[in-house]
Amino acid sequence: MDITRRRLLVLLPAAAVAWKYIQAGTPEAAPNYKIVEHWWGMLIDIPKCIGCGSCVRACSEENDVPDGYFRTWIERYHVPDWKIERPEVESPDGGKQGFPPNEISDGKNFFVPKLCNHCQDSPCTQVCPVGATFVSPDGVVLVDKSYCLGCRYCVQACPYGCRFINPKTNTAEKCSLCYHRITKGLTTACCEVCPTGARQLADLKNPKDPIHEFLKTHTVQVLKPHMATGAKVFYNGMDGSVR
Amino acid sequence: MQIPVEGFMYPNEVELQWSVLIVLYPFITGLVAGAFILASLERVFRVEAVKPTYRLALLTALAFLLVAPLPLQLHLGHPERSLEMYLTPHRSSAMAMFGFVYLWYLMAVLLLEIWLDYRRDIVLKSQSTTGITRLFYRFLTFGSSNISERSLRIDDRLGYTITLIGIPSAFMLHGYVGFIFGSVKANPWWSSPLMPIVFIFSAMVSGIAAVMLLYMLSASLRGKEIDMRCVDKIAQYLMYTFIIDFSLEMLDLIQRIYEADESFRSLDFMVHTRLWTSQVIVQMLLGTVTPIALLALTQLSNFKELIRRRIYAIAGCLTVVGIFAMRWNVVIGGQLFSKSFLGYTTYKMSFATREGLLPAIVLMLLPFAFLWVLVKLLPPWPDARPASASGTAPAHGTT
Amino acid sequence: MFKDTEHLIRLAVVIVILLAVFVLLRAAVVPKSFGQYGHYRGNAITEVAARTPAFAGHEVCEGCHTDVVDQKKLGRHANVPCEACHGAQGKHADDPASLKPQTPDTAVICARCHEANSAKPKGFPQVASADHSSGLACNTCHKPHQPKIEDEPKSTPAGGKK
Repeated sequence: MDITRRRLLVLLPAAAVAWKYIQAGTPEAAPNYKIVEHWWGMLIDIPKCIGCGSCVRACSEENDVPDGYFRTWIERYHVPDWKIERPEVESPDGGKQGFPPNEISDGKNFFVPKLCNHCQDSPCTQVCPVGATFVSPDGVVLVDKSYCLGCRYCVQACPYGCRFINPKTNTAEKCSLCYHRITKGLTTACCEVCPTGARQLADLKNPKDPIHEFLKTHTVQVLKPHMATGAKVFYNGMDGSVR
Repeated sequence: MQIPVEGFMYPNEVELQWSVLIVLYPFITGLVAGAFILASLERVFRVEAVKPTYRLALLTALAFLLVAPLPLQLHLGHPERSLEMYLTPHRSSAMAMFGFVYLWYLMAVLLLEIWLDYRRDIVLKSQSTTGITRLFYRFLTFGSSNISERSLRIDDRLGYTITLIGIPSAFMLHGYVGFIFGSVKANPWWSSPLMPIVFIFSAMVSGIAAVMLLYMLSASLRGKEIDMRCVDKIAQYLMYTFIIDFSLEMLDLIQRIYEADESFRSLDFMVHTRLWTSQVIVQMLLGTVTPIALLALTQLSNFKELIRRRIYAIAGCLTVVGIFAMRWNVVIGGQLFSKSFLGYTTYKMSFATREGLLPAIVLMLLPFAFLWVLVKLLPPWPDARPASASGTAPAHGTT
Repeated sequence: MFKDTEHLIRLAVVIVILLAVFVLLRAAVVPKSFGQYGHYRGNAITEVAARTPAFAGHEVCEGCHTDVVDQKKLGRHANVPCEACHGAQGKHADDPASLKPQTPDTAVICARCHEANSAKPKGFPQVASADHSSGLACNTCHKPHQPKIEDEPKSTPAGGKK
């Protein structure tokens, strides 16, 4: 490492200040965060995903996700020839350790990362009997784990299978879009570690966010559009066989 | 425990969310609604023949209604927070609204109706018994010992109105459970506008059969004669209701097979494999077709009383088992397949855990224990009306 | 008239009392921030946001480790974030001296991205490691911050491919 002592003396305090700012506990304490100025979503670029599983591992570490449960996961698709209604899909341990090499070379093969779609007309928040899960004013579907009864109705209502019950807290849990990070100017853990930039956080209310241009120039879909959930995770280059 | 998965399931879907306790819950509330409808047959629709079962039906409904919240409490991750459903109910959630429907039905309909119908007996018993039971009856009198003709007539009219309101309330009680499932668009096995109706009719079938069985059983246990006119009538209503229920279920099935939407292949495979025994054999053949055939047989032929009783008993038992299987197939069946329509999981029911088979069995037996206590405190038998000192005749519910 | 409905009046009074108790209970027990933004506890938002991030984010790393930045920006791993390989380093960023991160094991970590798989995009560099390196760890030949072997540039940008 080629770092001089002088450099360190300047950089360390700067980094410490930056980090302390990032660690500030609440949206108000991160004073620049105005909740109504944001409307969060995500862009997933399928042709870029290499199925390395970094996102699954990072999410698991960032959010203390219990083993065997997934706030995000990756599916590997094999579409035999023209049979797009009958793909073969697998997700070994959610793709957490990547995917084992395979012999298949025919047909179409690709990876699809999945997570909570942070739906605008979310069916899971509709069915919660007590208001323990909700869409925040900045468009993130969150769970209030000190209020959740653990009735599991929301898990049943989610068409995407992104919710689960945390066995330690006995409450519902799912991707929170790393709310504790995005409110402090960071990106989500999964987007942070993605080596190819296949996952990117998007602020739909920010006119300068690159997603607006991207949506204009690419063919983009959401999962299960017939469910009319108002999903805000957009997939570029997604094949029709994706469930 | 490692859960065997066939094909592909979303990683979070492998473990079932709703266990046998959630199968038990619609079964129990179904019995409540059905028993109440049978009681209302006499009270509102003046089907005189079924009068001997009136009070028994009400007590049966109460016994089961008291047990109904227990499977839910055992299932919840945080039962201590269940009061939140009453404090901050989310109005868009069928489950939240259901808490109020349950409370309304229990308090405003069932308890009130039982109290009004039994009030004369309660007052008399509060004067004739001693000890703790005396205190219990005195508490129930609300401090008023007025059982004059006029007050009893007022009770009777109020009771009639309550039963009238009670019929749609009973439909709501169980229709809502159907709606809780039927409104989940994410699950094609559940999502259907027919679901509340199917639930209501199958509830009526199970409740009527249960009261019929209980009446016959209690009569023979008490060494009393069974009123065959009553039982024949109940069996007739059971058959008609069953035919409607069966038609609805067949309609759903036929439409599904014909339309064959994206979920059909997956569901069809599931029924043919994992759900074959519980759906086709137990629910449809043994639990629906056989009882309907048996009941139709008694309507068309002229069997002797003993044979009719045996047939009703068999048909009744098969019915109750069949309706339980229906609840199982809806709840568990709806969770066995993946929402990707590419795979299946397995339900591993444990035995002595919070949501296992053992608590399920205990919870199924508990209503009978409650019923036994209720029957002792408030005897529903037509021949057990206490005579009052002043000789006032009971206004309603007499032999 | 009232004598004959006395029992009903008493019942009505009990019902009213129960309703009043419910209303009072509700006022006492429902959390104060409930309903602030919608049908949920407003404080839940701040509680969720209050978690400490585990990953520092590459900008924080780059603040100190400028030499690595210089190396990386010329090679194929220019846009690979630090923590993709090094794991969450929030604690290290907090107190760099006390918490020295472990060097990742290239035998495990490189394969996750670069092991050949038909589902990976065709243009993406991938190898069947058994044939490629016959069991040797990847950093035997490759430098993770500058993975391409042939040109071993210093810190000048000449010839570096993106």
